[in-house]
Amino acid sequence: MPNDTLLTRRGLFMKLGILFNGVVAATLAVPIVRFLLSSVTLGRENAYTAWVPLGRVGEFPEGETRLATFRNPFETPTDGKTADAACWVRRIEGEQFQVFAVNCAHLGCPVRWFPPSGLFMCPCHGGAYYRDGSRASGPPERGLFEYPIKIQDGVLTIHAGELPTPGPNAALDPGRPPCA
Amino acid sequence: MRVIAAIADWVDHRLQLAAPIRDAAEHPVPRNTASWWYVFGSAALIVFCLQLVTGILLAMVYVPSADEAWNSLQALNHQVLFGWFVRALHGWGSNFMVAIVLIHMAQVFLFGAYKYPRELTWIVGVFLLLTTLGMAFTGQIMRFDQDAYWGLGIGASIASRIPFAGPTIVSLMLGGPIIAGATLSRFFTLHVFVVPGTLIGLVCLHLLMVLKLGINEWPMPGRLVKRATYERDYHELTKIDGAPFVPYAVWKDMFFAAFILLAVGGCAWYYGPFGPTGRPDPTIIQTVPKPDYFFLWLYALLSLLPPSLETPALIIGPVVAIVALLLLPFLSGEGEKSWKRRPIAVLTVMLIAITLGTFTHLAGYAPWSPHMNAWSGAPVPDHLLRGTTALQRQGALVFQAKQCRNCHALGNTGGERGPDLDRVAVRLTQDQLIRQVIQGGGNMPAYGKNLSPAETTALVAFLETLHPPNQAPAREAARDLTK
Repeated sequence: MPNDTLLTRRGLFMKLGILFNGVVAATLAVPIVRFLLSSVTLGRENAYTAWVPLGRVGEFPEGETRLATFRNPFETPTDGKTADAACWVRRIEGEQFQVFAVNCAHLGCPVRWFPPSGLFMCPCHGGAYYRDGSRASGPPERGLFEYPIKIQDGVLTIHAGELPTPGPNAALDPGRPPCA
Repeated sequence: MRVIAAIADWVDHRLQLAAPIRDAAEHPVPRNTASWWYVFGSAALIVFCLQLVTGILLAMVYVPSADEAWNSLQALNHQVLFGWFVRALHGWGSNFMVAIVLIHMAQVFLFGAYKYPRELTWIVGVFLLLTTLGMAFTGQIMRFDQDAYWGLGIGASIASRIPFAGPTIVSLMLGGPIIAGATLSRFFTLHVFVVPGTLIGLVCLHLLMVLKLGINEWPMPGRLVKRATYERDYHELTKIDGAPFVPYAVWKDMFFAAFILLAVGGCAWYYGPFGPTGRPDPTIIQTVPKPDYFFLWLYALLSLLPPSLETPALIIGPVVAIVALLLLPFLSGEGEKSWKRRPIAVLTVMLIAITLGTFTHLAGYAPWSPHMNAWSGAPVPDHLLRGTTALQRQGALVFQAKQCRNCHALGNTGGERGPDLDRVAVRLTQDQLIRQVIQGGGNMPAYGKNLSPAETTALVAFLETLHPPNQAPAREAARDLTK
C-alpha cells in the first residue's frame, strides 16, 4: 500500500489545523455577519418607524397642499441635516388629510406641487401626479407614496421613518399602499 | 556613483527583483505592436495612479460624515491651498479614466485581442470596467451634495425593484432606513477601501497576464487564430522578429501617458472642480438632480423606456450585458482578428457608441422634464396675440396660469415634454382640443377637474388661433354636412 493513502502524523495535524481555523473563523463570523446585516435586522424589528407630529391641524389651510418637514424618528449622531425629511400635506376639508412623500414613485426624486395646474411634477424624468396623488403621466407606474395619518389632540401625525421606494412590486401595484 | 551602485547591489542581493524586472521590461513584443493604437491600457493605468495619489491627498481633508462632508468640500475648494486643484484633478481624472477604459475596451475588441489565449485577460478586463464604473458612482456620492443625495435615492429606488431581495438590499445599501450618516460612511468604505483594493488586485492580474501571454500582435486580415498553432506563430513573431518592449515600444506609451496627464491637468486648471452643488438637505426640494456624465445615458434611458419595461430592463439588462461580455471570448475564441474582416464587430461598436452618445446628448437638455419656471418666466410671444379677441387673450392667460407652458413650447420657449403648440390648430379640431384638455391622453394629464367651463372655452379659443397664416385650422368635415 503506497504511503500517501495513509494518514500520517503531520498530515493529521495539518488537517486538524485547518479544522481549528475553520471553527474559529465560523465563531468569529457570527458577530461579524450580524454586524454587517444590522441595518436589515433592525428594520425587520420595526425599529425604524414611528408616529411623527407634523403640526397642528389649523396650520394647514383647507383645500390647499403645503410642504411640511419633520425629523426622522431614527437618527444617528452624524446624520446632520440628512435626517430631516419633507412631505406634502393636503388638507381636503375638516380633518380629512392626505400626506404624500416628496419622493417620486418612479425613482425617488423630489416632486414639486404646482397649485394652479393642480399637479405634482418631478424634475428628473417628467413624472406628474394629480392633487390626490394619483398618477397623471410620465414614467411612474403608480401614484405618490402616502403616509398613514392620525390626528391626536389636534396635531397631525404621520407614521414615517423609512425612505419610500417603489419596491419589487412597482409594476404590479396600481393602488397607493402606505410607504412607512 | 560607485556608492550608489554598491547600495543597489546590496539591496538587490537581498530583494532579487532586478533580474525579473529587467526581463519584464525587455520582453520581446511583435514589432508592429509599437503602435499608437496600443497606448490606451497604459494610459488607463497612469490615470488610475493619479487617482490613487489625489484620492489620498483629498482624504487628508475630507470628512466622511453626512453632517460635515459638504463643509469639508467647501474648505477644500476655498480654504486649503490648491485644494480646489486637487479636487479638480481627481474629478477630471475620473472622467478621463472612464473614457480611456471604454476606448481601451473598444480597441481590444476590434483588434480581436480577447481571443485565444487571452480570454481570461478580457474577463478580468470586464471586471476592471465594472470596478471603474463602481469607483465613478461611489465617487459621485463622496461629493455629498444634492446630486449625490438624490442620486442615492435613485440607486435605492432601482435596487428596491429587485424581486424578493429588494427591500433587504436597500437596507444594506443605505445602512439604515434613510439616506443619512451611515449611508455616506459605507459608500466611503466602498470608494476608499473595497473597490480600489479590488481594482488594484485586478490590475495586477491583468498586467501579469499581458506579460505572460504577450501583447496581442497587430491583426492581419486572413491570419486566423487557431488553438493548435497560435502559440507557435506568436513565438515566431516575437522571438524571431520581435523587439524589446523597453525601449522599442514603451516611448509611445510614455508620450501618450504624459499627454493624458497634461490633458487632465489642463481641464482641472481651466474648468476647476465639480461642485459641490447645494447642501444635501432633503427638505430643499427645489433641485434638479443629474448624474455625472458617464451615467447620463442611463438617466435618459430611464425617462424614455416605457413604464412597463422599466423594471425588467433595469434588472435584467445589466445581467445580460455583463454575461454577454464575459461569454464573448468563449463564443468567438478563434478565427479572424482583424476588424477589416469583422463587419458585425465594427457595427456593434458603432451602434453602442452612437446609442450611448445619443442618450448622453439627450440627457444634456432633458426634453422629458417639465420646465418648472416656464409658466411664469416665458411670456406668450407677441405675434401670437396680434389681432386676437378678448376671449382668445383670456385663453392665453389661462394657458400661462395653468402652467401648460411647463410642458408645451410656444415660439420655441417652454417645456419640451409635450408637443410644441405653435401649429396645434392645424392638427386638432375644436372638439379634439377640448377632449385633449379635459381628458388628457397620451402623456398629458387630464385638466377636467382643474378648469372651469369658461376657462376651457377660453383656452380652446386661444389654441384654435395657433396655426400659420397660410394654413387653415383643422375642422371636422362631418360638421359641414350637417349644416
